[in-house]
Amino acid sequence: MNRLTEQLVRSRVWRSIFRHGLPLSNRARAEAVFYNFFLHVHPTKVRRRSIKFTYTWGLGGLSAGLFIILTVTGALLMLYYRPSIHQAYWDMKDLQFVVSSGQFLRNMHRWAAHAMVAIVFLHMLRVFYTGSYRPPKEFNWVIGVVLLVMTILLSYTGYLLPWDQLSFWGISVGTNMVRAVPFGTGDRISYLLLGGNIVGENALVRFYVLHCFVIPVAAMVFMGIHFWRVRKDGGV
Amino acid sequence: MEIKKDFNVESSSDAKKVPKRIAFIKSRTSARVRQEEEDMVMTVPNLVVREIIAFEILVIVLAIISLLFNAPLEWIANPEHTPNPAKAPWYFLGLQELLHYFPPIVAGVIFPSLVIVALIVIPYFSVNLKQEGLWKQSRQQTLVVLLVSVGIVSTTLLLFSVYVMLVPTLMIVGLMIVPYVSSRESGFVGWLATRPLSWWIMTWFVTIVIVLTIVGVLFRGPEWTWTWPWHEIY
Ligand code: HEM
Repeated sequence: MNRLTEQLVRSRVWRSIFRHGLPLSNRARAEAVFYNFFLHVHPTKVRRRSIKFTYTWGLGGLSAGLFIILTVTGALLMLYYRPSIHQAYWDMKDLQFVVSSGQFLRNMHRWAAHAMVAIVFLHMLRVFYTGSYRPPKEFNWVIGVVLLVMTILLSYTGYLLPWDQLSFWGISVGTNMVRAVPFGTGDRISYLLLGGNIVGENALVRFYVLHCFVIPVAAMVFMGIHFWRVRKDGGV
Repeated sequence: MEIKKDFNVESSSDAKKVPKRIAFIKSRTSARVRQEEEDMVMTVPNLVVREIIAFEILVIVLAIISLLFNAPLEWIANPEHTPNPAKAPWYFLGLQELLHYFPPIVAGVIFPSLVIVALIVIPYFSVNLKQEGLWKQSRQQTLVVLLVSVGIVSTTLLLFSVYVMLVPTLMIVGLMIVPYVSSRESGFVGWLATRPLSWWIMTWFVTIVIVLTIVGVLFRGPEWTWTWPWHEIY
């Protein structure tokens, strides 16, 4: 068995994919990090202090983890959901009663979304209370604030999609607040968001596009910058 | 004549060894260690294993919650039928609670914009970079400034009868003043004494956000009147 593994790891196919052997020596462990696309956001070595769980509480990582879970469950939900006021609600009912594990899928997406708002907020508090916004990390804090706003907007645009009473009135309350922006600007923003004066078909399609495409893509770009900056600013 | 060497260079060809930084130290300048070398560990496996475990626990916890609790789905949207109260999602209920006291332009536009701007500028203000306890310098002056600002904020809150903000504000101010009154240096009081101004402001902000959100979620019923959460349970 051991010899089989060794042969596999030495084979040209393995080497073409991973470029390094099993992480048994420190050298191979370092290579495992910097030859790997996903791991290369990390340095090959980290301070023992910064990976202590009670320093970061893993909150930034959990925010990213929740984003991944939301992307996967969201893509699956998109298979069964049509953003039209005649179909959206009944698609939710189908998810509940017809699609196998549909309810579970919806629950995962819903609870992960709520959790993400809370966890990102807590991550911000951790960064504040450990004073980690101090130079040279100022700008990464600013990017963080953008990510917080995006997280809330993601959750909020998703809130309309089930097209039930909760969504409809939740969004109505929110867009009415936007109308309070003075000099007619509020009305214009709200008109732009809703594609009309009331929460209707156009609003549903707009929120759908924002929720499933525009904001997630923007958030991914900002997360990329955020992680890159964590490293460039000298790590945690 | 032979030139006296100032330094030694060591080199190593062992690839498995941690590379060391080399410093050239001229004998004229004296070398001082300002920071001890920190304890470093390999990312693989130390960090990566932790990340994987954390992600697995996250998935498991979410899966358990999703098996136990169903996401809400009410009746189909009906623009003719306004629920009473119509509530925004929980993270906006703090704002909606404020909407109950202040005109929409204040609660819906000015407050949220102020909060976002305040968050963005945190790292650029030296108040936030100071790590000195609030009462470390010029105690009398600090007390006057504190009492005046708290006076203004409390009067405003009182005028608009925002007791949900007034009570937590006064409680935090009470804690702020404890180290002024008592000069104990150990225990809780000693700890309070070392808190800088930025700490107090953030803690005040977070407390207000949490109180407003809890009130909005649990204690508001029809017409946004005060309702106990167990009111509907008979
Ligand atoms: C989608 C939201 C976010 C994600 C996925 C995210 C992710 C991360 C991760 C993985 C780290 C590494 C350390 C750790 O886990 O704590 C980090 C660090 C950091 N984050 Fe975030 N973050 C988010 C939002 C925010 C917000 C809202 C802020 C602040 C307003 C912020 C400010 C920072 C700063 C300043 C650091 C560096 C901390 C240090 O060096 O100790 N991030 N973030």
